[in-house]
Amino acid sequence: MARAVLSQADISRALTRISHEILESNRGASDLVILGIPTRGVFLARRIAETIARIEPDALADLAGALDVTMYRDDLGRTRTRTPSPTQLPPGGIDGRTVVLVDDVLYSGRTIRAAFDALADLGRAKAVRLAVLVDRGHREFPIRADFVGKNLPSSARERVNVLLSEIDGEDAVTIEGGDA
Amino acid sequence: MKHLLGTRGLPRDAAIALLDIAEDMAAVQEREVKKLPTLRGKTVVNLFFEDSTRTRISFEAAAKRLSADVITFSAKGSSVSKGESLKDTAQTLQAMGADGVVIRHQASGAPQTLATSGWIDAGVVNAGDGTHEHPTQALLDAFTIRRRLHGADSRGRDLDGIRVVIVGDVLHSRVARSNVWLLSTLGAEVELVAPPTLVPVELSAWPARATYDLDAALANAPDVVMMLRIQAERMHAAFFPNTREYSRTWGLDDARFHRLPPSTMVMHPGPMNRGLEIAARAADSAQSTVREQVANGVSVRMAALYLLLSGDRGGLS
Amino acid sequence: MTERFLITGATLPTGEHADILLEGDAIAEIGRITDAAGATVIDADGLIALPGLVDLHTHLREPGFEQSETVLTGTQAAAAGGFTAVFAMANTFPVADTAGVVEQEATLGRTAGYASVQPIGAVTVGLKGEQLAELGAMARSRANVRVFSDDGFCVADPLLMRRALEYVKAFDGVIAQHAQEPRLTEGAQMNEGALSGELGLTGWPAVAEESIIARDVLLAEHVGSRLHVCHVSTAGSVEVIRWAKARGIDVTAEVTPHHLLLTEELVTSYDPRYKVNPPLRRAEDTEALRAGLADGTIDIVATDHAPHPVEAKESEWDAAANGMVGLESALPVVHAAVVETGLLDWADVARVLSSEPARIGRLPGRSEGVAVGAVAELTLYDPSAASVFDVDRLAGRSSNSPYLGRTLPGRVVATFHGGYATVLDGTVRPADEVARLAARRLEAARG
Repeated sequence: MARAVLSQADISRALTRISHEILESNRGASDLVILGIPTRGVFLARRIAETIARIEPDALADLAGALDVTMYRDDLGRTRTRTPSPTQLPPGGIDGRTVVLVDDVLYSGRTIRAAFDALADLGRAKAVRLAVLVDRGHREFPIRADFVGKNLPSSARERVNVLLSEIDGEDAVTIEGGDA
Repeated sequence: MKHLLGTRGLPRDAAIALLDIAEDMAAVQEREVKKLPTLRGKTVVNLFFEDSTRTRISFEAAAKRLSADVITFSAKGSSVSKGESLKDTAQTLQAMGADGVVIRHQASGAPQTLATSGWIDAGVVNAGDGTHEHPTQALLDAFTIRRRLHGADSRGRDLDGIRVVIVGDVLHSRVARSNVWLLSTLGAEVELVAPPTLVPVELSAWPARATYDLDAALANAPDVVMMLRIQAERMHAAFFPNTREYSRTWGLDDARFHRLPPSTMVMHPGPMNRGLEIAARAADSAQSTVREQVANGVSVRMAALYLLLSGDRGGLS
Repeated sequence: MTERFLITGATLPTGEHADILLEGDAIAEIGRITDAAGATVIDADGLIALPGLVDLHTHLREPGFEQSETVLTGTQAAAAGGFTAVFAMANTFPVADTAGVVEQEATLGRTAGYASVQPIGAVTVGLKGEQLAELGAMARSRANVRVFSDDGFCVADPLLMRRALEYVKAFDGVIAQHAQEPRLTEGAQMNEGALSGELGLTGWPAVAEESIIARDVLLAEHVGSRLHVCHVSTAGSVEVIRWAKARGIDVTAEVTPHHLLLTEELVTSYDPRYKVNPPLRRAEDTEALRAGLADGTIDIVATDHAPHPVEAKESEWDAAANGMVGLESALPVVHAAVVETGLLDWADVARVLSSEPARIGRLPGRSEGVAVGAVAELTLYDPSAASVFDVDRLAGRSSNSPYLGRTLPGRVVATFHGGYATVLDGTVRPADEVARLAARRLEAARG
């Protein structure tokens, strides 16, 4: 039985807060690139970019892009063959810009590790930051998010589901399984 | 996908998924860093019993850009031409720890024999077998057509309603066979135009129709005209009187080329016999996709190798 | 001491049930037998007693290709399949084109003792299709050759074929033609049709067989000779032969068990076990061949038993050798293809697998079938025992059978040749035992 931990309004507030935090730490929207990690990170990145554009009228219209990490994963031989998604960079690429990686859930950190390799093959960013909607702990790499929607301590047996209206028809974060 | 032996029976979804992955691979080819770490530690053997520099280097580039180790085993001048059997060769590759074998063989069915014999565990990619199939060629042709039609918007698209005319030695062409199966699976209408001696005697089971009149076929303004390589030695086996007559009747000469609408793509799997089945003007025109086909070949072969060699080989998730 | 066998409760080809007493080299008694002291009793309840089977088309490979088969192993395979006589094809090395070679083969067969080995002589020297072999010398030799064939190759030259047909009239011989127009089958790999086009294998058109048969029946008519057509494989060939017989031409024809049961669809696997000459054809052809066998257009079933070593079949399709072993599986396959389908009864089977091939090949003593006074050549077959045909059923040296792993009806339980058993309880008796029995029989015949 899935238990809701974030509602649509919670998600919206969290993304607005993250957008403000990004702008604050970057001191504005200049040289900013927001790259979502497929699948749901891409939609979160777009929402953050739209929010930023609302807050900072000077921000470029297309800050958002997608960074596929499939080809860089360290578990390719352990699961069924993964279908990659397109990588799309905003005009101008990433050279000399601050890249904010966006993912829905931060867990082991392996996806983000793969993202660093993928990013390195695309150019040389000035700085790389990480924004996630949910940080559920259980890190296996020395990786930490700079911007977190919600810290959600969870058991490894539990499953955290992020639902987004763009593909799931609704916005919600639920948790299921475990010893409940 | 465990092996890629042919396009016959390749489901539409699987074909489109492969072409979509090839789009991602093509994007990598446009970057400064053209290499992916995906197949690091995997060994791909190019096993070529028949000379084909183009196909071999295309597969070699594909494997290397995915960071696989590539070993090329060319049968010419090796123990294979001294009577070593396919089985012994296969067992050698198995002992070397090959994860994937790309095989080109003069005998139809040899890749299937290799894949089903139990001699090796490796995934097998058919790089052309006898007069049977050449699946990666057909996939790169479909990829090229789709890109010309839809550009950046190609992902997920099929070839519904696209009219393709394939011209030449269908009887001996593995490229024609693989294209007939794949293009029709993707929704295209395929017409084969050839001298009656160079089509199989019985085509009722093929999802294509065969005609003999190239001018009539071209008058229907097809979306694609694919010219097949004609081997001059066929005339010695009485398939046609001589190359002059062949060229006049079934060649894409200047006059025929000029009658085509400017939107019609002109394709050729290469290597071309300029002046025989295709005039230089047609081959070098903006309508010609010949050079794109070569570039796209690497992307499509990367996609095929990715599908075969990544994952636990249980299938596509 | 002679072996005596009392076979009780067997079903005769006619359907009657009877006991059969084998004594010396003859069938001594048929009926209800109560007095058979000292005889080995074999309970044949539910078993069919067929006359010992005769194969007009066997490749024994000796001399020259002993890694594939020898006269000994080939006749062991024959015995396992219920055969007591085989006609050995001439494509050995050296080719059986002289009296010396055919006499050697016949002697090897007699010594082994599993079956009568009747050599077939080559039509042309070295099977090259250029010059007639010494047909008369082979006919007059101790091997008593009556069937001549270049099998594996077609006697393609029409003039040479005419001369051969004419020449063998002098000693009541017959030319067994491998009907395959060579130019139309250059590089051919499988039946030409929709499937060959799809699989990219060079086509082997039906017309390459039919045109040679048409030519040969007309030649046979013109010179008034006897013609036998080997391994007929197409519906068109059946039509041509039907036409020729209606015209009164002296032609006989054989079909192989595999052409009665298997079709070209199997080639889709590119598994060389299914590579054979002539190739497997379409289902329509199989139907026509069965119908032709049922209406007498096709006279006999012959195995074309063609052993090959493992390496000749463990390869890509093009490089693999043509041929299948067929002696051990022939009766079950005929059972499945034409008996279970209701086209032939067991009396017909006795005709097409024993008396007719013997008559065509002029093998004496095989015309009476299962009858008192006839030579004790007998096969006991259990028609109820359907099973997976596995490699243990093969008694020859090679295992290139297309039936391995396939469920087939029936099983040969016992085979008697010249009064002694070569197979008992479904097991081939040891070579030394059979050789001893054969030697004793020969002595008895001389003394």
